[in-house]
Amino acid sequence: MTIKEVKEMLEAEVIIGSENLKREVKIGCAADLMSDILAFAKPGAILLTGLTNTQVVRTADVMDIKAICFVRGKRPDKKIVELARNNDMVILMTHLPMFESCGRLYKQGLLGVGYLDISKRDDRR
Amino acid sequence: MTEDKKYTKIQELTYELRVEDVMIKKVITVSPKETIYSLREVLRKNRISGTPVVEKGKLIGLISIEDFIKCLAEGEMYAIVAEKMINKVKVLFADEPLVHAVEKFDKYGFGRFPVINRGDGKLVGIITKGDIIKGILNKLVIDYHEEEIRRYRASHIFEDIVSDRTTLSFQYDIKSNDFDNAGESATKLKKTLRRLGIPPDIARRAAITAYEAEMNIVVFTDGGKLRASVRPDQILVEAVDSGPGIYDINQAMQPGFSTAPEWVRELGFGAGMGLLNIKNCADKMDIKSKIGKGTHLKAIIEINYET
Repeated sequence: MTIKEVKEMLEAEVIIGSENLKREVKIGCAADLMSDILAFAKPGAILLTGLTNTQVVRTADVMDIKAICFVRGKRPDKKIVELARNNDMVILMTHLPMFESCGRLYKQGLLGVGYLDISKRDDRR
Repeated sequence: MTEDKKYTKIQELTYELRVEDVMIKKVITVSPKETIYSLREVLRKNRISGTPVVEKGKLIGLISIEDFIKCLAEGEMYAIVAEKMINKVKVLFADEPLVHAVEKFDKYGFGRFPVINRGDGKLVGIITKGDIIKGILNKLVIDYHEEEIRRYRASHIFEDIVSDRTTLSFQYDIKSNDFDNAGESATKLKKTLRRLGIPPDIARRAAITAYEAEMNIVVFTDGGKLRASVRPDQILVEAVDSGPGIYDINQAMQPGFSTAPEWVRELGFGAGMGLLNIKNCADKMDIKSKIGKGTHLKAIIEINYET
């Protein structure tokens, strides 16, 4: 799914990265808890969150996530936007709540990380 | 991956390149009114074995050395090109992928194809098998050169350094309670590792390890240091602080066990996954901690260039 499709499905506003909307997102990850993203997200995902602080961008950067969508109409401040810009990310913002955002994307075929075993992660060979 | 899904680099390039990328743009042409005798001069001078016949910019035929030989044998040297040329010419469009050209050469066995604009039908070039080979080789050279530069930027640093053992060491100072900048060291480390040519998944695991350790230092301690020692075969991530120390390491390793204060949880951290996540990311992990003295975390991530 391209970021452009995500944007349309979530009726979202592009905050930065409008030149990169053709990028593909392979998977969806949603959490307000960055600890969980650090533990379970996958590279190439789009991150949906209602949390707006610089840690969201840093977490995404560490996880090789290049697209973030803030839900519930949470508008990221300048510092967050600048940090995201420096890291070549696309930032969207939707007024939909988290559940509805995830539901719309999932219904259109964007999958999640699947069943999780809290004691393991599987991005290692 | 199944056999039929494997594409060689060459096959990939035949899809990527277009006919116009490799064709010869300066086309030698003849007019339909010229004689076969003067055609001989054109072919000889330019060392070509065939040429498109053009009238008012439009391609109307193709004439080759074979046609010339036939005329020579039959004593028709003063016939005009229009009478002897091939009228129904197979052409390629300038914007077609190269793979179409390869297919057409295969199918018809011709030596060359005129190339025309899809829109106005104007002759814009000519392409031979040799041009295709040259075009692909050129592109391979360019791609190889880019790849070489990209890799050489730093990733050969270990090969360039002459020593029996090389370790590159990076240290980051981490302030206590500085939540705004927390995680910055981990992201800096990741960029550094990528510049060294460390594969993305390994750099990511080292960065996650560093991030979690950095968060712990910010949240729980009076500050500390994050250190990464990079060897050709492994990355050692160390986080050192001077207190307060972990009371029960086994308990701290349990998923969900957290002593993080409420403000940290509100910021999206302190879920009690940190140490476990480090353990899962690293190939080896060791924590030494003394109450009142501090904690020393060591995590080793092996570097495997194969993947």
